[in-house]
Amino acid sequence: MEVAVVAESKSKPKIKKEAVPIPKQKPEERRHNFNEVALGYTEEQALEEANRCLQCPKPQCVTGCPVEIEIPAFIKLLREGKYEEAIAKIKEKNSLPAICGRVCPQEEQCQLKCVVGKVGEPVSIGRLERFLADWERERGFKVPEIAKPTGKKVAVIGAGPAGLTVAADLAKLGHKVVIFEALHLPGGVLVYGIPEFRLPKKIVQAEVDYIQRLGVELKCGFLVGRTYTIPELLKERGFDAVFIGTGAGLPAFMNVPGEDLGGIYSANEFLIRVNLMKSYAFPCYDTPIRIGKHVVVIGGGNVAMDSARSALRLGAEEVCIVYRRSREELPARKEEIENAEQEGIVCKFLAAPTRFIGDEKGWVKQMECICMELGPPDESGRRRPVPVKGSEFVMDTDTVIVAIGRTPNPIIQRTTEGLAVTKWGTIVVDENGKTSLEGVYAGGDIVTGEATVISAMGAGKKAARAIHEYLMKK
Amino acid sequence: MYKILKNEELAPKIKLFEVYAPEMAEKAKPGQFIIVIVDEKGERVPLTIADYDAKKGTISFVFNEVGKSTKQLGLLKKGDSIWNITGPLGNPSEIKHFGRVLCVAGGVMIAPMRLQVKALRYAGNVVVTVVGARIKDLLFYEDEIKALSNEFYVATDDGSKGFKGLDFLKDVLAKEKFDRCVVMGPVVMMKNVSEITKPFGIPTVVTLTPIMVDGMGMCGVCRVTVDRKMMFGCVDGPEFDGHKVDFDGLIKRQRMFLPEERLSSLLWELHGGCRCGGK
Repeated sequence: MEVAVVAESKSKPKIKKEAVPIPKQKPEERRHNFNEVALGYTEEQALEEANRCLQCPKPQCVTGCPVEIEIPAFIKLLREGKYEEAIAKIKEKNSLPAICGRVCPQEEQCQLKCVVGKVGEPVSIGRLERFLADWERERGFKVPEIAKPTGKKVAVIGAGPAGLTVAADLAKLGHKVVIFEALHLPGGVLVYGIPEFRLPKKIVQAEVDYIQRLGVELKCGFLVGRTYTIPELLKERGFDAVFIGTGAGLPAFMNVPGEDLGGIYSANEFLIRVNLMKSYAFPCYDTPIRIGKHVVVIGGGNVAMDSARSALRLGAEEVCIVYRRSREELPARKEEIENAEQEGIVCKFLAAPTRFIGDEKGWVKQMECICMELGPPDESGRRRPVPVKGSEFVMDTDTVIVAIGRTPNPIIQRTTEGLAVTKWGTIVVDENGKTSLEGVYAGGDIVTGEATVISAMGAGKKAARAIHEYLMKK
Repeated sequence: MYKILKNEELAPKIKLFEVYAPEMAEKAKPGQFIIVIVDEKGERVPLTIADYDAKKGTISFVFNEVGKSTKQLGLLKKGDSIWNITGPLGNPSEIKHFGRVLCVAGGVMIAPMRLQVKALRYAGNVVVTVVGARIKDLLFYEDEIKALSNEFYVATDDGSKGFKGLDFLKDVLAKEKFDRCVVMGPVVMMKNVSEITKPFGIPTVVTLTPIMVDGMGMCGVCRVTVDRKMMFGCVDGPEFDGHKVDFDGLIKRQRMFLPEERLSSLLWELHGGCRCGGK
C-alpha cells in the first residue's frame, strides 16, 4: 500500500492533507432551529475532495464498509463528472445512501482505513456519498432493473435500516416483499430517534419512496406478534420467509429513587415526541413536550448528544450532559460532540445520578450525583467507573433525559415459540442471519444489541442473500 | 385509513365509533387497547377496545370528548376515515372460571366492561356488576350490562341515580364472598375500589390507562410502580394488581402535561378547528 502512495505522489501534485470542510449552519443560528446542521458539499467542493482519493489498487476503505460499497470506483466516476453512474455504483450495494452519507460513523469504518488518513485527514467518503445521493434525489430517482417475479413472498418486520435494506435487495431479485411496521411512519430509528437537524425526515421518506417503487408493500401501524404472529405469517398468510428487524427499542432506566417523577424522560420518549411526533411544532402538531430551563442529559452516546442538542433547540437555557466516565471514553461520534459543544452544551464528566428530588407536584427539581473515578477496563474495553465514597453533590434541574441505552424489543421473542434468544433478549442467528426457525431470519439491533445504522444495513444485506438462496431452493 | 361505519353518542360528549379494521377484529381480545391517530399532525391516543366482530371485520371504541384530540375525533362522521389505528395492543384480560366476580366500571370504561362481563359470564362466572358515573346523564349501556349480569347496581357521585358513591360496596362485600374484582374507570375510582376490596382479601384487577406515546414498550412514559417495581403500562399491562399499584404516583404522572393539554384544547376551541392556533 505504501508503495502506491509514493508512486501516486511522484506522478501527481502532492495530495492535500486537509479534507475539504463541509459547510455548516453557524452554531449561534442552528441552536435555535431544527434545520440540518451540515449543509453538504457544493459540486466544486465534492470534486476537490474526490481528487484527494488515491484510487488504491487494493482499496482498504472497502474492507471497512459493512455493505462493501466499491468506494474508489464511485469516487472515480464522481471525479469524471459522471454523477449518475457514480450514484448507481453506490446503489449496487446501498439503497439508502443519503441516510448513510449523513449518519454512518465513517470515521470508524471506511475512513479509518483510508490510506490518505495515514498522512493527513482521510478522504471524506461519507460527505461524497451524501453529495451524490442528494444530487440524485433532487433530480428524481431512477428505478433499477428488477428481476422477473419469482412468486415467492417475504415478510419483513420493522421498517428501520435493516428491514429497508432486506426489502430493497429482495425486491430487486424479484420477490414480493411486505414490510410490517409497528409505528405509523416507516424508518424506525431513522425517524423516531435521529433528530431532524442531523437527518431530515423528508430524506428518509424519499429513500422509503424509492424502496416502495421497487414494488415493496408497506403496512404501517401493524405490530407483528400482537396482530399476526410469525408462525401465522408463514403457515396461514402465505409468506415463504420472514426477516425480523425490530431493533432495540426498549429504554433502560437507572433504577434510582425518584425516576418516576415528572420531567424525567427516557431518551426514547423524548426523541419520539420531538422527532416522530414533531412536538417542536406543538401546538400545530398535537403531541406536547415540556422543556425546563436546566436540562440534564445522562449518558454519553449519540443518543445523549441528540437529546441534549434537541433540548437546546426547544428553548432550554442550559443543557448539561452528565457522563460517568471521562471525555476519552465518550462513545458519541467526535463530530457530533464538537457540534454539540459549539452549540453551547456543557459536559460534566465522572459523575452518576444517585437519586432525584421532586417538588410537591411530583415534578423533578434536583438531582443528586456521586463522583466517579476510573478503575481498570471492563468487558466493553472502557475503564470502569467506580463511585468515590462521600462525594455526593446536588444539581438543580427541571428536566432530565435518561440516555443510557436501549435493549431489544421483546414482543416477537415472547410470541414466537421455538425462537432461540440470548439472555440479553437478542435473537440468535448464524453468520447469514438465519435464526433457529426455518425460513426465519433476523438482523440489526435485535441481533447485536444497540449498534449503528450501517451495521444493521450490513446484516440486512447478508440476510437478503441468504433468504434469496433459501427461497430459490425451496 | 380506517373508515368509520358507526358514530353513536352514548351520553353527552361520550361517543362510540365502529371502524372497519378486519385484521384487528380477527385478533382483538377483551382488555386490549388500540392507538388512534386522527390525522398526520395528531397525537397517539390510546383507547380501550369496546367491542369487535371478526365476521364483519369491525372494532369499536368509546371516548370522552375532553381534549383537543378527542374533540377533533368526535367531529368525524360516519363514512369519514381515521388516519391511523394500531392494535390490538397490550395483554388480553385473564378470562376463566373464577367463581363470583365483582365488576366495577366508571365513565367511558363502562363500554369495555360490557365486553368483560360478557366474556366472564361465558366462562361460567357469577358476575355482579356496578356501573358508575359523575351524574346520571353520563350513564350508558345500563340495560345491556344488566341483562348480561347476575346482579346489577348503579352508582353516581352526586346520588342522582342509584347509590351515592361506592361506599355501598362494603355492604355488598360483607354479605357475600367474591373470588375476584375487576375495576375499569378513572384512576381515583380504581384506587378507591382497590382500598375497599383489600380488607376483604379479594384479588383486584385494575386497567391502567397512563399517558402513552408509542404504546408498544418503546418510550417508557407509561411507567407505573407496582409492588415497588417499575412496570410499563403498555406492554406489562394494561391490567395490574390493584392492591399493589402506586396510585398516588400514577395520579401525579397523569397530570404531567395538563397545561399543554389545556392550551391545545383552548386553541382548538378558539380557532374553530384550525390546527395552528391562528398562526
